[in-house]
Amino acid sequence: MNTVVTDKAEMVASTGDVVVRLENIGLSHDHGRTFILRHVDLEIRRGEFVAVLGPSGVGKSTLLRVIMGLIRPSEGTVSLHPSPTAAHRPAAMVFQDAKLMPWRSVRRNVELGLEGLGLTRLQRHERAMAALDLVGLADMADRWPRQLSGGQRQRVGVARALTVEPDLLLMDEPFGALDAITRGALQDELLRIHARRQGTVLFVTHDLDEALVLADRIIILEGHPAGLRGDFAVGARPRDNTAPGMRAMAERMRRLIAGEEDPGADAAYWQASEI
Amino acid sequence: MTPIRSIWIRPLLGALGLIVLFGTWETSIRLGWVPSGLLPAPSSLGPAWLEEVRSGAWIQAIRDSLTHYMMGLVIGSVLGMLTGLLCGAVPLLDGLLSGVVRVLRPIPGLAWVPFAILWFGLDTAGATFVIAISVFWINFYAAYGAVQAIDPDLYEVAASFGHGGFRARLRTVIIPASAPGVLAGLRTGLGQAWMSVVAAELFGVPGIGARMMQASSLLATDLVVVYMLTMALLYALTDTAFMLVRKRLLGWQG
Repeated sequence: MNTVVTDKAEMVASTGDVVVRLENIGLSHDHGRTFILRHVDLEIRRGEFVAVLGPSGVGKSTLLRVIMGLIRPSEGTVSLHPSPTAAHRPAAMVFQDAKLMPWRSVRRNVELGLEGLGLTRLQRHERAMAALDLVGLADMADRWPRQLSGGQRQRVGVARALTVEPDLLLMDEPFGALDAITRGALQDELLRIHARRQGTVLFVTHDLDEALVLADRIIILEGHPAGLRGDFAVGARPRDNTAPGMRAMAERMRRLIAGEEDPGADAAYWQASEI
Repeated sequence: MTPIRSIWIRPLLGALGLIVLFGTWETSIRLGWVPSGLLPAPSSLGPAWLEEVRSGAWIQAIRDSLTHYMMGLVIGSVLGMLTGLLCGAVPLLDGLLSGVVRVLRPIPGLAWVPFAILWFGLDTAGATFVIAISVFWINFYAAYGAVQAIDPDLYEVAASFGHGGFRARLRTVIIPASAPGVLAGLRTGLGQAWMSVVAAELFGVPGIGARMMQASSLLATDLVVVYMLTMALLYALTDTAFMLVRKRLLGWQG
Protein backbone atom coordinates (compact mmCIF):
# COMPACT_ATOMS: atom_id res chain seq x y z
CA MET A 1 0.00 0.00 0.00
CA ASN A 2 2.76 2.44 -0.83
CA THR A 3 1.42 3.67 -4.10
CA VAL A 4 0.63 7.33 -4.18
CA VAL A 5 -1.71 8.88 -6.68
CA THR A 6 0.18 11.77 -8.17
CA ASP A 7 -0.62 14.33 -10.77
CA LYS A 8 2.91 15.48 -11.39
CA ALA A 9 2.98 17.77 -8.41
CA GLU A 10 6.73 17.58 -8.71
CA MET A 11 6.60 19.63 -11.92
CA VAL A 12 5.16 22.56 -10.02
CA ALA A 13 7.27 21.96 -6.97
CA SER A 14 10.67 21.48 -8.53
CA THR A 15 11.15 25.21 -8.86
CA GLY A 16 11.86 25.76 -5.14
CA ASP A 17 14.32 24.29 -2.66
CA VAL A 18 13.22 21.72 -0.09
CA VAL A 19 12.12 23.05 3.31
CA VAL A 20 11.27 19.73 4.89
CA ARG A 21 11.81 16.15 3.83
CA LEU A 22 10.18 13.13 5.48
CA GLU A 23 11.74 9.80 4.73
CA ASN A 24 9.95 6.56 5.52
CA ILE A 25 8.28 7.98 8.64
CA GLY A 26 6.61 5.43 10.89
CA LEU A 27 5.08 5.90 14.30
CA SER A 28 4.13 3.19 16.77
CA HIS A 29 3.20 3.47 20.42
CA ASP A 30 3.61 -0.23 21.19
CA HIS A 31 7.17 -0.95 20.03
CA GLY A 32 6.25 -1.78 16.46
CA ARG A 33 3.27 -4.09 16.96
CA THR A 34 0.81 -1.62 15.46
CA PHE A 35 1.55 1.56 13.55
CA ILE A 36 -0.34 4.84 13.41
CA LEU A 37 1.72 6.14 10.50
CA ARG A 38 3.82 4.02 8.19
CA HIS A 39 6.08 4.62 5.17
CA VAL A 40 5.36 8.31 4.86
CA ASP A 41 7.62 10.06 2.35
CA LEU A 42 7.08 13.71 1.68
CA GLU A 43 8.98 16.69 0.36
CA ILE A 44 7.76 20.23 0.75
CA ARG A 45 9.40 23.06 -1.13
CA ARG A 46 9.75 26.69 -0.24
CA GLY A 47 6.66 28.73 -0.97
CA GLU A 48 4.25 25.79 -1.25
CA PHE A 49 0.86 25.81 0.44
CA VAL A 50 0.19 22.15 1.11
CA ALA A 51 -2.99 20.75 2.66
CA VAL A 52 -2.96 17.38 4.39
CA LEU A 53 -6.43 15.97 3.88
CA GLY A 54 -7.82 12.86 5.49
CA PRO A 55 -10.63 11.48 7.64
CA SER A 56 -10.89 12.51 11.28
CA GLY A 57 -8.59 10.62 13.60
CA VAL A 58 -6.40 9.21 10.83
CA GLY A 59 -3.20 10.74 12.19
CA LYS A 60 -2.95 14.07 10.38
CA SER A 61 -2.29 16.04 13.58
CA THR A 62 0.14 13.37 14.70
CA LEU A 63 2.08 13.76 11.45
CA LEU A 64 2.23 17.51 12.08
CA ARG A 65 3.59 16.92 15.59
CA VAL A 66 6.25 14.59 14.22
CA ILE A 67 7.36 17.32 11.80
CA MET A 68 7.26 19.92 14.60
CA GLY A 69 9.51 17.67 16.69
CA LEU A 70 6.95 17.24 19.46
CA ILE A 71 6.73 13.49 18.81
CA ARG A 72 9.76 11.39 17.91
CA PRO A 73 9.02 9.01 15.02
CA SER A 74 9.64 5.29 15.57
CA GLU A 75 11.06 4.97 12.07
CA GLY A 76 12.49 7.25 9.43
CA THR A 77 13.79 10.77 9.52
CA VAL A 78 12.48 14.30 9.36
CA SER A 79 14.92 16.80 7.98
CA LEU A 80 14.14 20.48 8.18
CA HIS A 81 16.27 22.81 6.11
CA PRO A 82 15.92 26.20 7.74
CA SER A 83 17.17 29.36 6.12
CA PRO A 84 20.25 30.93 7.75
CA THR A 85 18.30 34.02 8.89
CA ALA A 86 18.98 35.11 12.47
CA ALA A 87 16.32 35.35 15.20
CA HIS A 88 13.76 33.04 13.65
CA ARG A 89 12.48 29.51 14.26
CA PRO A 90 12.53 26.77 11.59
CA ALA A 91 8.94 25.74 12.26
CA ALA A 92 5.96 27.17 14.10
CA MET A 93 2.52 25.79 14.74
CA VAL A 94 -1.01 27.12 14.86
CA PHE A 95 -3.09 24.92 17.15
CA GLN A 96 -6.65 23.76 16.82
CA ASP A 97 -8.18 25.93 19.58
CA ALA A 98 -5.56 28.70 19.48
CA LYS A 99 -4.31 27.55 22.90
CA LEU A 100 -3.32 30.98 24.11
CA MET A 101 -1.93 31.35 27.59
CA PRO A 102 -4.75 33.04 29.53
CA TRP A 103 -2.37 34.77 31.96
CA ARG A 104 -0.52 36.59 29.19
CA SER A 105 -1.86 39.65 27.40
CA VAL A 106 -2.47 39.28 23.67
CA ARG A 107 0.88 40.90 22.88
CA ARG A 108 2.77 38.78 25.41
CA ASN A 109 1.17 35.66 23.90
CA VAL A 110 2.53 36.63 20.50
CA GLU A 111 5.95 37.23 22.06
CA LEU A 112 6.11 33.67 23.42
CA GLY A 113 8.19 32.28 20.56
CA LEU A 114 10.39 35.39 20.40
CA GLU A 115 11.69 34.80 23.91
CA GLY A 116 14.99 32.99 23.78
CA LEU A 117 15.90 34.25 20.30
CA GLY A 118 18.33 36.83 21.64
CA LEU A 119 16.07 39.80 20.96
CA THR A 120 15.79 42.85 23.18
CA ARG A 121 12.50 43.59 24.88
CA LEU A 122 11.88 46.41 22.43
CA GLN A 123 12.59 44.22 19.39
CA ARG A 124 10.21 41.56 20.71
CA HIS A 125 7.58 44.19 21.27
CA GLU A 126 7.98 45.58 17.74
CA ARG A 127 7.86 42.20 16.05
CA ALA A 128 4.81 41.12 18.04
CA MET A 129 3.02 44.34 17.17
CA ALA A 130 3.89 43.92 13.48
CA ALA A 131 2.41 40.39 13.53
CA LEU A 132 -0.72 41.59 15.33
CA ASP A 133 -1.04 44.33 12.75
CA LEU A 134 -0.83 41.71 10.01
CA VAL A 135 -3.84 39.85 11.43
CA GLY A 136 -5.69 43.10 12.17
CA LEU A 137 -5.55 42.94 15.96
CA ALA A 138 -2.99 45.62 16.79
CA ASP A 139 -5.57 47.51 18.88
CA MET A 140 -6.22 44.40 20.99
CA ALA A 141 -2.57 44.03 22.09
CA ASP A 142 -3.23 44.83 25.74
CA ARG A 143 -6.38 42.72 26.12
CA TRP A 144 -6.56 39.36 27.87
CA PRO A 145 -7.34 36.28 25.75
CA ARG A 146 -10.69 35.79 27.56
CA GLN A 147 -11.81 39.17 26.21
CA LEU A 148 -11.48 37.99 22.59
CA SER A 149 -13.87 36.06 20.37
CA GLY A 150 -12.94 32.60 19.06
CA GLY A 151 -11.97 34.03 15.69
CA GLN A 152 -9.84 36.75 17.26
CA ARG A 153 -8.09 34.21 19.48
CA GLN A 154 -7.23 32.13 16.45
CA ARG A 155 -5.86 35.24 14.71
CA VAL A 156 -3.60 35.75 17.71
CA GLY A 157 -2.53 32.11 17.32
CA VAL A 158 -1.61 32.85 13.69
CA ALA A 159 0.28 36.01 14.71
CA ARG A 160 2.16 34.07 17.40
CA ALA A 161 3.35 31.60 14.75
CA LEU A 162 4.11 34.20 12.05
CA THR A 163 6.17 36.46 14.29
CA VAL A 164 8.96 33.88 14.61
CA GLU A 165 9.24 34.01 10.78
CA PRO A 166 9.16 30.23 10.41
CA ASP A 167 10.46 28.48 7.30
CA LEU A 168 7.55 26.11 7.73
CA LEU A 169 4.18 27.14 9.13
CA LEU A 170 2.25 24.15 10.47
CA MET A 171 -1.49 24.59 10.93
CA ASP A 172 -3.53 21.96 12.74
CA GLU A 173 -7.18 22.38 11.67
CA PRO A 174 -6.90 25.95 12.89
CA PHE A 175 -10.37 27.05 11.75
CA GLY A 176 -12.23 23.83 12.53
CA ALA A 177 -13.93 25.12 15.67
CA LEU A 178 -15.14 28.40 14.17
CA ASP A 179 -18.50 29.28 12.66
CA ALA A 180 -18.74 29.25 8.86
CA ILE A 181 -18.61 33.04 8.41
CA THR A 182 -15.58 33.52 10.65
CA ARG A 183 -13.89 30.54 9.04
CA GLY A 184 -14.38 32.01 5.58
CA ALA A 185 -12.98 35.36 6.68
CA LEU A 186 -9.92 33.74 8.23
CA GLN A 187 -9.33 31.59 5.15
CA ASP A 188 -9.33 34.73 2.99
CA GLU A 189 -6.99 36.43 5.40
CA LEU A 190 -4.62 33.47 5.47
CA LEU A 191 -4.45 33.51 1.66
CA ARG A 192 -3.77 37.24 1.68
CA ILE A 193 -0.96 36.82 4.22
CA HIS A 194 0.45 33.85 2.31
CA ALA A 195 0.49 35.80 -0.93
CA ARG A 196 2.35 38.59 0.81
CA ARG A 197 5.05 36.71 2.69
CA GLN A 198 5.47 33.73 0.32
CA GLY A 199 6.08 31.34 3.20
CA THR A 200 5.67 27.60 3.25
CA VAL A 201 2.51 26.22 4.82
CA LEU A 202 1.41 22.73 5.79
CA PHE A 203 -2.27 22.86 6.65
CA VAL A 204 -4.14 19.93 8.18
CA THR A 205 -7.87 19.65 7.54
CA HIS A 206 -10.58 17.03 7.13
CA ASP A 207 -12.61 19.43 5.02
CA LEU A 208 -12.13 18.90 1.28
CA ASP A 209 -13.64 22.30 0.42
CA GLU A 210 -11.28 24.07 2.77
CA ALA A 211 -8.29 22.27 1.23
CA LEU A 212 -9.48 23.25 -2.26
CA VAL A 213 -9.87 26.90 -1.28
CA LEU A 214 -6.50 27.22 0.40
CA ALA A 215 -3.92 24.85 -0.99
CA ASP A 216 -1.78 24.66 -4.11
CA ARG A 217 -1.12 21.03 -3.41
CA ILE A 218 -3.25 18.48 -1.56
CA ILE A 219 -1.93 15.34 0.07
CA ILE A 220 -4.29 12.55 1.08
CA LEU A 221 -3.56 10.68 4.31
CA GLU A 222 -5.66 7.57 4.83
CA GLY A 223 -5.64 4.00 6.13
CA HIS A 224 -4.51 1.95 9.12
CA PRO A 225 -1.65 2.56 9.50
CA ALA A 226 -2.06 5.87 7.73
CA GLY A 227 0.05 6.62 4.68
CA LEU A 228 0.02 9.02 1.74
CA ARG A 229 -2.63 7.93 -0.74
CA GLY A 230 -2.60 10.88 -3.09
CA ASP A 231 -0.66 13.97 -4.04
CA PHE A 232 -2.51 16.52 -6.17
CA ALA A 233 -1.42 19.83 -7.66
CA VAL A 234 -4.52 21.99 -7.54
CA GLY A 235 -3.39 24.57 -10.06
CA ALA A 236 -2.91 28.28 -10.30
CA ARG A 237 -5.12 31.05 -8.95
CA PRO A 238 -7.65 32.37 -9.58
CA ARG A 239 -9.17 28.96 -9.86
CA ASP A 240 -12.65 27.79 -10.60
CA ASN A 241 -13.63 25.03 -8.23
CA THR A 242 -16.74 24.37 -10.33
CA ALA A 243 -14.78 23.59 -13.53
CA PRO A 244 -15.29 19.98 -14.68
CA GLY A 245 -11.59 19.10 -14.20
CA MET A 246 -11.59 20.42 -10.64
CA ARG A 247 -14.83 18.64 -9.82
CA ALA A 248 -13.52 15.37 -11.14
CA MET A 249 -10.31 15.78 -9.13
CA ALA A 250 -12.29 16.64 -6.01
CA GLU A 251 -14.39 13.53 -6.49
CA ARG A 252 -11.21 11.49 -6.85
CA MET A 253 -9.91 12.94 -3.55
CA ARG A 254 -13.20 12.26 -1.82
CA ARG A 255 -13.05 8.60 -2.86
CA LEU A 256 -9.45 8.31 -1.66
CA ILE A 257 -10.29 9.83 1.73
CA ALA A 258 -13.26 7.52 2.12
CA GLY A 259 -11.00 4.58 1.31
CA GLU A 260 -13.28 3.67 -1.60
CA GLU A 261 -10.45 3.63 -4.08
CA ASP A 262 -7.22 1.73 -4.03
CA PRO A 263 -4.65 4.17 -5.37
CA GLY A 264 -2.63 1.28 -6.80
CA ALA A 265 -5.50 -0.07 -8.91
CA ASP A 266 -5.67 2.85 -11.28
CA ALA A 267 -2.62 3.74 -13.30
CA ALA A 268 -4.14 6.79 -15.00
CA TYR A 269 -2.74 9.84 -13.26
CA TRP A 270 -4.37 13.20 -13.34
CA GLN A 271 -2.73 15.55 -15.73
CA ALA A 272 -2.17 19.13 -14.77
CA SER A 273 -3.41 20.16 -18.24
CA GLU A 274 -6.87 18.73 -17.54
CA ILE A 275 -7.58 21.22 -14.81
CA MET B 1 -31.60 47.37 41.09
CA THR B 2 -29.14 50.06 40.08
CA PRO B 3 -25.42 49.17 40.07
CA ILE B 4 -24.58 51.64 42.86
CA ARG B 5 -27.20 50.16 45.14
CA SER B 6 -26.03 46.60 44.45
CA ILE B 7 -22.49 47.55 45.52
CA TRP B 8 -23.71 48.83 48.88
CA ILE B 9 -26.58 46.47 49.57
CA ARG B 10 -24.48 43.53 50.74
CA PRO B 11 -22.24 45.38 53.22
CA LEU B 12 -25.35 47.14 54.54
CA LEU B 13 -27.18 43.86 55.04
CA GLY B 14 -24.07 42.44 56.70
CA ALA B 15 -23.91 45.35 59.13
CA LEU B 16 -27.62 45.03 59.84
CA GLY B 17 -27.16 41.33 60.68
CA LEU B 18 -24.39 42.20 63.14
CA ILE B 19 -26.54 44.87 64.81
CA VAL B 20 -29.40 42.38 65.19
CA LEU B 21 -27.04 39.78 66.67
CA PHE B 22 -25.50 42.13 69.25
CA GLY B 23 -28.90 43.72 69.95
CA THR B 24 -30.65 40.45 70.81
CA TRP B 25 -27.59 39.35 72.77
CA GLU B 26 -27.62 42.54 74.86
CA THR B 27 -31.38 42.53 75.47
CA SER B 28 -31.50 38.84 76.36
CA ILE B 29 -28.93 39.46 79.12
CA ARG B 30 -30.62 42.68 80.30
CA LEU B 31 -33.97 40.93 80.50
CA GLY B 32 -32.36 38.02 82.34
CA TRP B 33 -33.10 35.34 79.69
CA VAL B 34 -29.46 34.34 79.86
CA PRO B 35 -27.60 34.36 83.21
CA SER B 36 -24.86 37.00 82.98
CA GLY B 37 -22.31 34.54 84.43
CA LEU B 38 -22.56 32.36 81.33
CA LEU B 39 -22.23 35.09 78.73
CA PRO B 40 -20.89 38.64 79.05
CA ALA B 41 -23.07 41.47 77.78
CA PRO B 42 -21.74 43.25 74.66
CA SER B 43 -21.82 46.52 76.62
CA SER B 44 -19.27 45.10 79.07
CA LEU B 45 -16.80 44.30 76.31
CA GLY B 46 -15.67 47.90 75.75
CA PRO B 47 -14.51 48.51 79.31
CA ALA B 48 -12.88 45.07 79.50
CA TRP B 49 -11.01 45.77 76.27
CA LEU B 50 -9.86 49.23 77.43
CA GLU B 51 -8.49 47.80 80.64
CA GLU B 52 -6.64 45.09 78.73
CA VAL B 53 -5.17 47.69 76.37
CA ARG B 54 -4.09 49.91 79.28
CA SER B 55 -2.24 47.09 81.00
CA GLY B 56 -0.36 46.40 77.75
CA ALA B 57 -1.50 42.75 77.71
CA TRP B 58 -3.64 43.17 74.60
CA ILE B 59 -0.84 44.53 72.41
CA GLN B 60 1.59 41.96 73.79
CA ALA B 61 -0.77 39.05 73.08
CA ILE B 62 -1.35 40.28 69.54
CA ARG B 63 2.37 40.71 69.00
CA ASP B 64 3.13 37.18 70.22
CA SER B 65 0.33 35.56 68.25
CA LEU B 66 1.14 37.51 65.10
CA THR B 67 4.74 36.27 65.35
CA HIS B 68 3.59 32.64 65.58
CA TYR B 69 1.06 33.20 62.86
CA MET B 70 3.44 34.78 60.36
CA MET B 71 6.26 32.34 60.95
CA GLY B 72 4.05 29.26 60.84
CA LEU B 73 2.16 30.56 57.84
CA VAL B 74 5.25 31.45 55.82
CA ILE B 75 7.15 28.25 56.59
CA GLY B 76 4.16 25.94 56.13
CA SER B 77 2.86 27.68 53.01
CA VAL B 78 6.21 27.90 51.21
CA LEU B 79 7.10 24.29 51.95
CA GLY B 80 3.61 23.04 51.12
CA MET B 81 3.47 25.01 47.88
CA LEU B 82 6.90 23.88 46.68
CA THR B 83 6.28 20.23 47.54
CA GLY B 84 2.86 20.36 45.89
CA LEU B 85 4.20 22.03 42.73
CA LEU B 86 7.07 19.57 42.41
CA CYS B 87 4.89 16.51 43.08
CA GLY B 88 2.43 17.78 40.48
CA ALA B 89 5.14 18.40 37.91
CA VAL B 90 7.49 15.47 38.48
CA PRO B 91 5.74 12.07 38.26
CA LEU B 92 8.77 10.29 39.80
CA LEU B 93 8.64 12.45 42.92
CA ASP B 94 4.86 12.13 43.01
CA GLY B 95 5.19 8.35 43.03
CA LEU B 96 7.95 8.32 45.64
CA LEU B 97 5.99 10.53 48.03
CA SER B 98 2.52 9.07 47.44
CA GLY B 99 2.89 6.60 50.33
CA VAL B 100 4.37 9.16 52.70
CA VAL B 101 1.56 11.59 51.89
CA ARG B 102 -1.06 8.93 52.62
CA VAL B 103 0.37 8.22 56.03
CA LEU B 104 1.01 11.81 57.16
CA ARG B 105 -1.90 13.59 55.51
CA PRO B 106 -4.74 12.51 57.88
CA ILE B 107 -2.78 13.55 61.00
CA PRO B 108 -4.03 17.01 62.03
CA GLY B 109 -1.58 19.71 63.07
CA LEU B 110 -2.82 19.54 66.67
CA ALA B 111 -1.89 15.87 66.99
CA TRP B 112 1.72 17.03 66.69
CA VAL B 113 1.46 19.15 69.87
CA PRO B 114 3.14 16.52 72.11
CA PHE B 115 6.12 16.41 69.76
CA ALA B 116 6.09 20.16 69.32
CA ILE B 117 6.49 20.55 73.08
CA LEU B 118 9.09 17.79 73.25
CA TRP B 119 11.19 19.06 70.34
CA PHE B 120 10.75 22.81 70.54
CA GLY B 121 9.34 23.52 73.99
CA LEU B 122 6.48 25.81 74.99
CA ASP B 123 7.69 28.76 72.99
CA THR B 124 7.55 30.38 69.57
CA ALA B 125 9.22 27.48 67.76
CA GLY B 126 6.72 24.95 69.14
CA ALA B 127 3.71 27.05 68.13
CA THR B 128 5.24 27.79 64.73
CA PHE B 129 5.72 24.07 64.12
CA VAL B 130 2.06 23.21 64.82
CA ILE B 131 0.76 26.07 62.66
CA ALA B 132 3.18 25.24 59.82
CA ILE B 133 1.99 21.64 59.69
CA SER B 134 -1.66 22.57 59.52
CA VAL B 135 -1.16 25.00 56.62
CA PHE B 136 1.36 22.75 54.88
CA TRP B 137 -1.27 20.26 53.72
CA ILE B 138 -3.73 22.88 52.54
CA ASN B 139 -1.05 24.45 50.35
CA PHE B 140 0.32 21.09 49.26
CA TYR B 141 -3.01 19.89 47.90
CA ALA B 142 -3.94 23.24 46.41
CA ALA B 143 -0.65 23.42 44.47
CA TYR B 144 -0.70 19.73 43.54
CA GLY B 145 -4.26 19.93 42.24
CA ALA B 146 -3.57 23.14 40.36
CA VAL B 147 -0.64 21.59 38.50
CA GLN B 148 -2.60 18.43 37.70
CA ALA B 149 -5.41 20.54 36.25
CA ILE B 150 -3.17 22.35 33.73
CA ASP B 151 -4.27 21.86 30.13
CA PRO B 152 -1.53 19.51 28.79
CA ASP B 153 -1.79 21.19 25.39
CA LEU B 154 -0.13 24.25 26.91
CA TYR B 155 3.06 22.23 27.43
CA GLU B 156 2.92 21.43 23.72
CA VAL B 157 2.47 25.09 22.87
CA ALA B 158 5.39 26.04 25.11
CA ALA B 159 7.61 23.34 23.57
CA SER B 160 6.66 24.43 20.03
CA PHE B 161 7.83 27.95 20.78
CA GLY B 162 11.15 27.05 22.32
CA HIS B 163 10.22 26.48 25.97
CA GLY B 164 10.74 22.74 26.12
CA GLY B 165 12.97 21.93 29.10
CA PHE B 166 11.74 21.36 32.65
CA ARG B 167 12.82 24.78 33.91
CA ALA B 168 11.34 26.52 30.87
CA ARG B 169 8.06 24.64 31.41
CA LEU B 170 8.08 25.61 35.06
CA ARG B 171 8.54 29.26 34.20
CA THR B 172 6.28 29.60 31.15
CA VAL B 173 3.47 27.19 32.06
CA ILE B 174 3.44 25.52 35.47
CA ILE B 175 3.90 28.51 37.76
CA PRO B 176 1.58 30.98 35.98
CA ALA B 177 -1.07 28.35 35.20
CA SER B 178 -1.22 27.05 38.77
CA ALA B 179 -1.13 30.50 40.38
CA PRO B 180 -4.93 30.82 40.88
CA GLY B 181 -5.14 27.43 42.61
CA VAL B 182 -2.01 28.05 44.65
CA LEU B 183 -3.32 31.42 45.83
CA ALA B 184 -6.71 29.90 46.70
CA GLY B 185 -4.87 27.42 48.93
CA LEU B 186 -2.83 30.20 50.48
CA ARG B 187 -6.04 32.04 51.34
CA THR B 188 -7.60 28.97 52.99
CA GLY B 189 -4.37 28.58 54.94
CA LEU B 190 -4.61 32.20 56.05
CA GLY B 191 -7.80 31.34 57.96
CA GLN B 192 -6.70 27.89 59.06
CA ALA B 193 -3.51 29.34 60.55
CA TRP B 194 -5.49 31.59 62.92
CA MET B 195 -7.37 28.57 64.23
CA SER B 196 -4.11 26.77 64.76
CA VAL B 197 -2.59 29.78 66.54
CA VAL B 198 -5.21 29.65 69.27
CA ALA B 199 -5.05 25.88 69.51
CA ALA B 200 -1.26 25.88 69.75
CA GLU B 201 -1.27 28.62 72.37
CA LEU B 202 -3.95 26.99 74.51
CA PHE B 203 -1.18 24.66 75.64
CA GLY B 204 0.68 27.54 77.22
CA VAL B 205 2.73 29.30 74.57
CA PRO B 206 2.18 33.02 75.29
CA GLY B 207 -0.24 34.79 72.93
CA ILE B 208 -3.96 35.32 72.33
CA GLY B 209 -4.81 31.67 72.96
CA ALA B 210 -2.91 31.57 76.26
CA ARG B 211 -4.51 34.85 77.34
CA MET B 212 -7.96 33.41 76.58
CA MET B 213 -7.12 30.35 78.64
CA GLN B 214 -6.03 32.51 81.61
CA ALA B 215 -9.17 34.64 81.31
CA SER B 216 -11.48 31.64 81.26
CA SER B 217 -9.85 30.13 84.35
CA LEU B 218 -10.66 33.44 86.10
CA LEU B 219 -14.22 33.27 84.67
CA ALA B 220 -13.50 36.58 82.88
CA THR B 221 -15.83 35.71 80.00
CA ASP B 222 -15.84 39.30 78.74
CA LEU B 223 -12.10 39.06 78.17
CA VAL B 224 -12.54 35.76 76.31
CA VAL B 225 -15.01 37.43 73.96
CA VAL B 226 -12.70 40.45 73.54
CA TYR B 227 -9.98 38.11 72.29
CA MET B 228 -12.41 36.20 70.08
CA LEU B 229 -13.32 39.47 68.39
CA THR B 230 -9.64 40.44 68.23
CA MET B 231 -8.97 37.29 66.22
CA ALA B 232 -11.89 37.97 63.92
CA LEU B 233 -10.46 41.43 63.31
CA LEU B 234 -6.95 40.13 62.65
CA TYR B 235 -8.31 37.53 60.24
CA ALA B 236 -10.35 40.14 58.39
CA LEU B 237 -7.26 42.35 58.06
CA THR B 238 -4.98 39.59 56.75
CA ASP B 239 -7.64 38.33 54.35
CA THR B 240 -8.35 41.79 52.96
CA ALA B 241 -4.63 42.47 52.51
CA PHE B 242 -4.29 39.14 50.74
CA MET B 243 -7.18 39.77 48.38
CA LEU B 244 -5.64 43.10 47.37
CA VAL B 245 -2.38 41.38 46.47
CA ARG B 246 -4.24 38.58 44.68
CA LYS B 247 -6.12 41.05 42.51
CA ARG B 248 -2.85 42.54 41.34
CA LEU B 249 -1.33 39.14 40.57
CA LEU B 250 -4.32 37.61 38.80
CA GLY B 251 -5.63 40.55 36.81
CA TRP B 252 -5.98 38.27 33.79
CA GLN B 253 -8.79 36.32 35.46
CA GLY B 254 -10.96 39.43 35.57
